Amino acid sequence: MLGYILKRLFSAIPVLLGISIIVFLIMAMIPGDPATAILGSFATPENVEKLNRDLGLDKTLFQRYFIWLGNILQGDFGRSYSLNKNVIDEVVERFGATLILAGTSFIMCSLIGICAGVLSAAKQFQLTDKLITFIVLLGISIPSFFLGMMMILLFAVHLRWFPVSGMWPIYGARDLTALAGHLALPASALAVVATGVIARLSRSAMLEILRQDYIRTARAKGLDEKIVIWRHALRAAMVSILPILGIQAGFVLSGAVYIEMVFQWPGVGRMLVDAILKRDILLVQGGVVFVAACYVIFNIAVDVAQHLLDPRIKT
Amino acid sequence: MIGFLKLLSRNRLSLAGLVVIIAVIFVALVTPLLPLPDPDVIDTKNRFKTPFNTDAILGTDHLGRDLMSRLLWGTRLSLAVGFCAAFLAALIGSSIGIISGFYGKHVDNILMRGIDMLMAFPYILLALAIVAALGPGLFNALIAVAIVNIPFFARNIRGVTVGITHKEFIDAARLSGMTDTRIIITEVLPNVFPVIVIAMSTTVGWMILETAGLSFLGLGSQPPQADLGSMLGEARAALITSPYTSVVPGAMILIIVMAINLLGDGIRDALDPRLKSGVLSSPRPRTLVADYSKTKNLDASELLSVSNLKTQFHIGNRNYKAVDGVSIYAKKGACLGIIGESGSGKSVTALSIMGLVSSPPGIITEGYVNYKGIDLIQTNDQKLRSLRGGKISYIFQDPLSSLHPLYTVQQQLEEAILAHQNLSKEEVYQKCIELLKSVRIPNPKQRAKDYPHQLSGGMRQRVSIAMALANDPEVIIADEPTTALDVTVQAQILSLLRELTSQRGLAIIFITHDFGVVSQICDEVAVMYAGKIVEYGPSEMILNHPAHPYTSKLMGCVPEIGKGKRKLASIDGLPPMVDKLDQGCAFAPRCQSTISECLTNDIKLRDVNRNMKVRCIKPETHL
Ligand code: SF4
Repeated sequence: MLGYILKRLFSAIPVLLGISIIVFLIMAMIPGDPATAILGSFATPENVEKLNRDLGLDKTLFQRYFIWLGNILQGDFGRSYSLNKNVIDEVVERFGATLILAGTSFIMCSLIGICAGVLSAAKQFQLTDKLITFIVLLGISIPSFFLGMMMILLFAVHLRWFPVSGMWPIYGARDLTALAGHLALPASALAVVATGVIARLSRSAMLEILRQDYIRTARAKGLDEKIVIWRHALRAAMVSILPILGIQAGFVLSGAVYIEMVFQWPGVGRMLVDAILKRDILLVQGGVVFVAACYVIFNIAVDVAQHLLDPRIKT
Repeated sequence: MIGFLKLLSRNRLSLAGLVVIIAVIFVALVTPLLPLPDPDVIDTKNRFKTPFNTDAILGTDHLGRDLMSRLLWGTRLSLAVGFCAAFLAALIGSSIGIISGFYGKHVDNILMRGIDMLMAFPYILLALAIVAALGPGLFNALIAVAIVNIPFFARNIRGVTVGITHKEFIDAARLSGMTDTRIIITEVLPNVFPVIVIAMSTTVGWMILETAGLSFLGLGSQPPQADLGSMLGEARAALITSPYTSVVPGAMILIIVMAINLLGDGIRDALDPRLKSGVLSSPRPRTLVADYSKTKNLDASELLSVSNLKTQFHIGNRNYKAVDGVSIYAKKGACLGIIGESGSGKSVTALSIMGLVSSPPGIITEGYVNYKGIDLIQTNDQKLRSLRGGKISYIFQDPLSSLHPLYTVQQQLEEAILAHQNLSKEEVYQKCIELLKSVRIPNPKQRAKDYPHQLSGGMRQRVSIAMALANDPEVIIADEPTTALDVTVQAQILSLLRELTSQRGLAIIFITHDFGVVSQICDEVAVMYAGKIVEYGPSEMILNHPAHPYTSKLMGCVPEIGKGKRKLASIDGLPPMVDKLDQGCAFAPRCQSTISECLTNDIKLRDVNRNMKVRCIKPETHL
């Protein structure tokens, strides 16, 4: 098992390199003089010169890539001009907030999605199934940013159950209850689409499994139907549901950008959008590379979990 | 194409989606012709007018611009950008896919590695990076969304292309000296084109949503020009005071995306042949039973008997009478064989006993199964479950597919025991090891820890038998338990079953298509044809003097045991489809003794002598 984990981590290296190359090339596409693009036309000559040196523009593209790669490997992502702060510090701090939001949302959509899918499959063609299928269709179609706004209107403005936005109360203690209250709306809004997708795909995975001979065997053994569905069938279906969860995690992370804007959540998505609008290229570059790398690592974890789940795959 | 449209139209929701999306596209197309106010004219005096009050039907926004006009123009823009992005992604992605699939080898390797890299990003990060480099703006957002969607097309189209490249007509084109470019354009492209169109239709909704999203973030269309996303983004500031300015564009996005999703679902369903044939329906825990009058007062002294059982499959408009009035009796310490070709209804008979026929489409429409005075077909779920695997257990054909692949032998055996007995952990384990010993599995303690895929076929079937024995059953129903095994293992399993029958006084109902097996293990045998029993009696008698022409033909093509495969394939003709049986004897088309009465009369199962029954008017032997 340990060998497999190491092998998998090892195989991530070319992917991570690829990511760095892609991001580097995209940033190299910036038309015109990057220093003026970044600093605006009112930049002082000293600043322009300093930035040009920071970006290594006097060297070839090839050399620049390796210098940059060497730097980020040491955790040096450069300095943000708009915030006057080290990029890595800002990114890590913001990514923490995003993780809280996206993580909560991911757990929500996995649990609810799988349960809904299993129920739907177990009651195929019955009322429960039709109801779930319809709700899922609605959930998949609604843009998360619009849903978030409508949730603010209903639950925060009209019903006053939850705060309108932000991660912490402006006054008062920054404790877990305060966080949970602030988290409830954005996490739910973010979870809806992924929940729908997971429910849908879990349903078809379950339908596939329920037709298998070993489910008939489980029933022929006289097992309770709940055990047949939730243990025998779901266990086998999880093998194909897990990769779906891995993919959906990427979508939740992506959707977080919109939700962070709607709910003023101090996450990395909002940071990126702000950075783009302020043309803070180094901040964008660092944020994208960092989050993408984390996502690659996460997917390795999913693979490993998949491995633990299915003894038929050889280690 | 027409068939496809027909299929699509059967799905009413998809049809609704199609109608809505056509309506939206139509409105977007005619927008410039409509008498609308200029969407960008600012009139701050009339800001935030609520809908339906003034001449601005949907009200005005924070700059006093007419919302209706902005909505229609915005929709037009959003649709245009979404379709353009889809087209661009399809063009580039498909080109990469075709080249990759067509040339293979290094080209394929390099291109697909690149695509994998793109897919390693959470999609929005990539889009944001691109917008960051190109600068905010609707056109740049369009490019970003298109690039993010390239991998989807590249992968799909590559797969299809690889499939085509190995076809003969491509080889033929190569041999005739056509250039690669020509082959791609004239031979490959027409074949992958439908796939490209379908991939586009399923992603266009997504791309409309994504470009709207980027505009919402302020990275797409820039003021005063507005698509649906930026309308929503601008309205956000006034969400609480004037919510309708948000609802108007938001609802439009919802409507468009939902309509496209509905349509996409319909297209997918129409193209997926598995759904059409209803294969994807999952069986219920118990076979459905039609409402019919119950038989009272069953004989409690009988171990297990089946009377006039009718099980049907309702698929579409067709009604397959898989089992049509079968009666059999299982006796303690004896083995009853049910033999027939595949499709004769023998397995369905066996599965009907404990309600294990898949439903839908299976349904039991008549008859009863008497277990010691209880009608297993009418009894409640709980009672049935307590008997399943308890007093009556099953052994299935293929032990690899009928054992759970992700649980160990021990887990599956212990679970079977605990479903019916209350034992401590230690006792269960002891019992489990004992069971494995009793089916002569060497090293039972080690084997218990194995997963099914780690065992040989014979060992797996022994595990299944151990599981069937777990709760000291009175009846074992074995559905072709040796068919999946090779001949030597087959003989071992048969002798094991034979031994268990006499040792434990079990009744076995043994389903097979093999008279060799019947001669080895069965005391009595029922021969089935087209859902009916055509001959029933002591196996020795039937083996020596088959009375029904079908039985004797069936036996005629059985080679001696141990000499190669024993198959029934050599009877001329095929068994009839049981959804449209003609009047008279079902075997008549394949029978050599047919007389005119065979075709007109309803042929009854009648006694030939005290022990034997036959369904034939001209039986081959008269005893
Ligand atoms: S009834 Fe007639 S057709 Fe049918 S098996 Fe007997 S002889 Fe043949």
